[in-house]
Amino acid sequence: MGRVEGKVALVTGAARGQGRSHAIRLAQEGADIIAVDIADHIPLVEYPSPTQEDLDETVRQVEALDRRILARKADVRDREALAAVIDEGVAEFGHLDIVVGNAGVCTIQDWEHVTPEIWDLTISTNLYGVFNTVQLSARHLIEAGGGSIVLTSSAAGIKGLPFLVPYVASKHGVVGLMRAFATELAEYNIRVNTIHPTGVDTPMGGMASSYPPLLEAHPKLGAMLQNMLPIEITQPIDQSNAVLFLASDEARYITSTELTVDAGNTQF
Amino acid sequence: MGRLEGKVAFVTGAARGQGRSHALRMAQEGADIIAIDIEGQIDSVPYAMSRPDDMQETVRQIEALDRRIVAQQADVRDFDAVKQAVDAGVAELGRLDIVSANAGIFTEGRADELPEQTWQDMIDVNLTGVWHTVKAAIPHIRAGGRGGSIILTSSTAGLMGFENFAHYVAAKHGVVGLMRTLALELGPEFIRVNTVHPTSVNTDMIQNDMTYGLFAPDLPKEERTKDALAPRFQGMNILPIPWVEPVDISNAVVFLASDEARYITGIQLPVDAGATTK
Repeated sequence: MGRVEGKVALVTGAARGQGRSHAIRLAQEGADIIAVDIADHIPLVEYPSPTQEDLDETVRQVEALDRRILARKADVRDREALAAVIDEGVAEFGHLDIVVGNAGVCTIQDWEHVTPEIWDLTISTNLYGVFNTVQLSARHLIEAGGGSIVLTSSAAGIKGLPFLVPYVASKHGVVGLMRAFATELAEYNIRVNTIHPTGVDTPMGGMASSYPPLLEAHPKLGAMLQNMLPIEITQPIDQSNAVLFLASDEARYITSTELTVDAGNTQF
Repeated sequence: MGRLEGKVAFVTGAARGQGRSHALRMAQEGADIIAIDIEGQIDSVPYAMSRPDDMQETVRQIEALDRRIVAQQADVRDFDAVKQAVDAGVAELGRLDIVSANAGIFTEGRADELPEQTWQDMIDVNLTGVWHTVKAAIPHIRAGGRGGSIILTSSTAGLMGFENFAHYVAAKHGVVGLMRTLALELGPEFIRVNTVHPTSVNTDMIQNDMTYGLFAPDLPKEERTKDALAPRFQGMNILPIPWVEPVDISNAVVFLASDEARYITGIQLPVDAGATTK
């Protein structure tokens, strides 16, 4: 019997990277999946945007596990579109038990080069998008009699990693969202926690080509990116195993926790 | 395939309560167990501590799972005894991968009134005992060359203050400091070190007259029943439950012990129904 057998999980940003990995890991352990992704061009980010083909590949991999998946293109900033997918998924699968607020963007630049457009993109996706995800799904979790919400923050949600001003602000904000929702949703047996990855080997994590010139100009700050364990980067599966643990009944009394999966990065 | 298949775990305080549950849960996932417990009383502790037949029951339950267990009586205050037990366990089971430093006591008293011996016993068991445990275990994990996972049992009282047991709060905060430094020192060898922070757990350590007195000093002694106390325990948590079960802590221990958490080190993992958020 799988560790989340019979449950239904909403995963945002599910076309690839960590989101796809979360969807697959949860499906391996018995969950059906409601997958959401923008699957479209994202302006301003340096790495390639997710595509419809990426989302189709997630569908293929989940269905290969004999689990059901409903995948839709939707932008987490678009409340109407997001609500429509969630409601459609719940209508199809009957209930919602797990929410993984994973969709996010990241740009690298020093503080002087943060434009209003970059600020808005980051805050609206990483913070407002997560708020939308939680608020629009919470009623379904209440109807299911409880559930688990896992929000993807970052090591940058705990400490101020360099050259990521809007990202650091948004990921710290996610911790505030988590704490506030954990408090208000506890009475419904809904748990809310964050995970805090260090670097992850994904299209977003692979964009570090912007870092070298900045770190060369500010050599002291490079040390903040180091991990305590002797590794450069984690794999998506490492984040997914933490999501699975928090989503499962093994963690039934864990709420309002920041779970770092960061090879000790935040301890340095 | 179990999540800890082929590994060996050393558990202190394994005769009953959380320690027994950790040993069982890890054995269910395929680990063999090295178990110690004091199996005796400490004078400053007012509730009954573990006895030899408790450990026999742990052994019976592990063997019923077809796992191996090397169980010995040892007091974590006695480094030589702990070392001898770990050495003997590794000699028999062949390796060491996981440490659950769980042995602990709970006593009460206002900080300005604590008897010297009550303070000393608390620090000796709940802090120095944890250090003895890891000190005895690290050479064996290191010798394996495969890394490992050390899980120290702290408490919500390792993250926040509480009235009436300053010595326990101090010891459990100290465990966090020990964890943080060990994580730094052992990280290069892929030995991970983390703490778990339970809220009240449904074991003999809280279900006793002393703890009931702390939670309900206003009630006459005969009215301090488990049912009457439950709402007061619940008041500490944000989830609507009075206490968690030992298996809830064990599930967190299994996660941290397993390769699923291979890049998690230096963290404090609360299993506290939100208590530290309040």
